[in-house]
This record gives sequence, structure tokens and C-alpha cells, in this order.
Amino acid sequence: MIEAAQPSFASLTWRQYRLERRMFWRNPSAAFFNFMLPLVLLALFGAVFSGNQEDLDVIVPGIAGMSVVSTTFSALAYNVTAMRELGVLKRMRGTPIPSGAFLLGIAGHAITNTALQMVLITVAGKLFFGVDWPPNPLEMVVFVVLGVVCFSSLGVALSHVIPNNESAPAYVNAIFLPLIIVSGVFYDAADVPSFLAGIAEALPLTHLIDGLSAAMVTGSGIGDQISSIGVLVAWTVLGVVLAIRGFSWEARRS
Amino acid sequence: MSSSDFAIEVRGLRKSYGDLEAVRGIDFSVRRGEVFGLLGPNGAGKTTTVEILEGYRERTAGDVSVLGFDPQERARELRSRVGIVLQSSGIYRHVKVREVLEHFAGFYPDPRDVDEVIELAGLRGKEEARTRTLSGGQLRRLDFALALVGDPELIFLDEPTTGFDPAARRGAWDTIRSLKALGKTVLLTTHYLDEAQVLADRVAIVKDGRILVEGAPSELGVGSGAVRYRVAWRNGSGLLNQQETDDPTTFLHELTSAALARGEKLESLSVSRPTLEDVYLELTA
Repeated sequence: MIEAAQPSFASLTWRQYRLERRMFWRNPSAAFFNFMLPLVLLALFGAVFSGNQEDLDVIVPGIAGMSVVSTTFSALAYNVTAMRELGVLKRMRGTPIPSGAFLLGIAGHAITNTALQMVLITVAGKLFFGVDWPPNPLEMVVFVVLGVVCFSSLGVALSHVIPNNESAPAYVNAIFLPLIIVSGVFYDAADVPSFLAGIAEALPLTHLIDGLSAAMVTGSGIGDQISSIGVLVAWTVLGVVLAIRGFSWEARRS
Repeated sequence: MSSSDFAIEVRGLRKSYGDLEAVRGIDFSVRRGEVFGLLGPNGAGKTTTVEILEGYRERTAGDVSVLGFDPQERARELRSRVGIVLQSSGIYRHVKVREVLEHFAGFYPDPRDVDEVIELAGLRGKEEARTRTLSGGQLRRLDFALALVGDPELIFLDEPTTGFDPAARRGAWDTIRSLKALGKTVLLTTHYLDEAQVLADRVAIVKDGRILVEGAPSELGVGSGAVRYRVAWRNGSGLLNQQETDDPTTFLHELTSAALARGEKLESLSVSRPTLEDVYLELTA
């Protein structure tokens, strides 16, 4: 018997990625919360702060940081929970697609949204909000990549704690909303009371925004951001360990 | 018979969850091309057994071979040669029927034509429907279609028709018969005894993690003394009589000679073998 060849890992990853892209735009709530919301907030806050360049210089990298979180952390926490509870993960596990190709396709889809948002926010910053092209684009890429890996792993880790589909928005927003407030998406994190500043210092989004601010606004070099990189890497290690350890292909029995 | 004549071989299979022993030493073999039914009440260990064969669970003890592979090693080649219909499992909500079938077809080295699968599963006319608009029965047919699209040699069906209306069940039975006609091996679990009786070449009745009896559905339990033949007839005055017997030959001979001697005809005379249901209820009660 002549054995037909198994499809390649790359072609399967690509196949899964394309399906995720197609399905995404058919789901209005996912498209809104994971894609449109940061852009809407950028337009609103941009309008509120218009004329005050100091504020605009804060809000543009702040929204960029928030976009990284909503396109990876929030999106994957929802998505992995939904696929687990629906039984899609278990079904996939019974087919020959390698787990890695399947999960990479899903992650690639989330990262595409991140990349699109970074481009849209940068262009909007230049056209409407008086922020020049990023003085240090390479540094921006470094921080976006760090942020994507960090918040993707934390999003998958969070999905392990979410017991069912219905409670996913509560879990995600209970973290996402305080996180974006405390981490200085909408104001300079340096201006807040010290107890909040202490919390913010420990959180990864604050450091992602610091890095993006340096890359997109001030142009201060990557050498000045070592401590931010350190905090992001530490959270990433924690996220990856928790994401892998708690992973379940089957719905919770409740 | 050489081992390659068997699609599935299970020897001394055990599975414990903590203190609970779900499977307590099961042995059976399924020949290639055979439809084999696992019957038993809820909690008997059927799904645990099937999920071990499918590669979802690791066994506590025993030997298992599926198409020559150990399923818990999860070889990709094995997964590309089996099709799985789980007891319950969902699918993406924002995808179309043909689209998701084409997607899954791409996972396999030598998939079946998607149109053929749509026809076989009875989904013609629903190709462009979004999955979230499908009824429960249509989703179950999609489960079948997704399990068949890789053109598997061996198909696991875990309670495939639970919740179906009678017409939908007949449709599913036709699909399973076509699989047999195509030479596929099928391992079926079911609560429905008529389903096993109609579809399975051989069945095993499982209870409390053990196999109680195994054989062709029509021969199961016969001669074991557990279950008896039933003879029914109307006598001269039209009254319906029934008698159970272990020895229908002698009983019929006596009954009919007596009737002939009286010059009577026995209206509505029938002899029924014990049904699978009789055997099942006797054994699992």
C-alpha cells in the first residue's frame, strides 16, 4: 500500500490560522471587544485631549499597550475557554492535526490583530494626534513581541481558571479593567498616588507602556528599558508555566 | 487468525480514577470490517473503555492495540486512520458546514471527497449553513461527517443516536450500514438494544467495568439457560396462549401433535428467540 504523506506542520498551522481569521469577523462581539474597542477609545480620548500634546503623548502609547492586552490576553482567555467548553479542543485532539500547529494557528490569528492595531494606532497618532512616526521602530517591535508573548501566555493561563463560557467576561474584565486603569493607559502612571504606583510598578502592562512610550514618543533607547524588559520577562515565565501546567483539552465537569 | 485480522485487541484492561475502578479487567477483540457493539447501563465503563482506545485516556493496566498501535502514545498515523464521534462535543459556532468539513479534510493524508461525505451523512442542502443555525440532529450528522472526512478504517461511535427522533435514527443506521458496506470497522456504544441488534455483528454487554457476555446479538444468551424461547398461539376458542421453553423442538412437536389430534388449527403460532433486550434485562438487572 502506498502511504499518502501527512500534511506538513506549516501547512496545517496556516490552514488553522486562515479559519480563525475568517471566523473572527463573523462574530460581532469578538470583533468589537478584541479589535474595535481600543480604536474607539483612542478616537474618544484623542478628541478629549486634543490640543494638549503632553496628554496625547501619553494616550497613544497607552492605547497601544492596551491593544496588545485586548488582542492577546482577553481574546485568548475567551477563545480558549470557549473552545474547551464547546468541545472543540477535545474534537481536535482526536484528529491528526499536531497540537502545536493548531495552537500556533490560533495564536497567529491573535498576533495578526495586534500587528494590525499597532499599525492603525501609529498611523492615527501621526495623522490626528500630533505624535510623530516612532523614533525607535525596532524598539517598538521588541516591546510588542515581548508584550504579545507575555499577555498571550497569561491569557491562556487565565482560561484555566474560568469555569465556563458564561463567566468568561466577568473573569476577563475583572482583570482587564483595573489593569488598564492602574497601568496608566489614560494618564501618566507617574502622577498617581504612591500606593497605586507601587502596584503599577509590579504589573506588566505598566512596563509595556513605558517601553512603547520610549519607542513611539521619547525615543529613549532600549538600554534605558532594561528593568521594564525584566518585569515583562518575569511575567512571561510565570504565564508560560501556568499556561502549560493547567492546560486541559476537555470541558470542566460541573 | 493473525493479529492483523483484528482492528482492536484489548486484554486485561483496567482503569481507576482514584479509588473508583471504572474498568475492571476487560478483554475483547474486534475483527476488521466488523461492527462491534458495547452495551451497558450508564456508568458501566463503556465510555472510559472507548476513550482509552481513542487515545484520550491512559489505562491503569492491560494491553491495548488499535490498528497495531498503542493509542496512548498518540501516534499521528493512528489518528489519521480512525474517525471519532464523541458522546458530546461541539464545534465552532461561526463556521459553515462545507467550510468546516474542508478544514478537517485538510488534516488527513488521504481524505474523502467532501461532497461524498455530505451525502453520506445526510447534510445535502445544509452545505452553506452556519453551524449555530443547525438543529441537534443536524449537528450530530455533522459529527458523523467530521469523523468520516479523513476516510478512516476504524470508526468509534459513542452513543451516536442518543436524542434522535425515530426517523433520524433510521437515517443514522443507514449511514452506519454504508460504513460497513465500505469495509470499515465500527466500534459502537449504545443504550438502544434495537440499535445494537440491527447494526452489530457482535456485541458485548458491560456492567460494573466487566464484560458479562459477548456474541452475535441473535445468539447471545441462548443455551445459557438465562433466557428462554417464547412460543405463542391461539387455541380453538381464540384465546391467546404463551409458553416459555428451553427446548422449542420438543415443545412444538407436542403442541402441534395434540392440536392435530383434536383436529384444530393453531392460529397465530409463533416462536420467538429471546431478544437482545430479554438477555440484557436478565443480565443487567
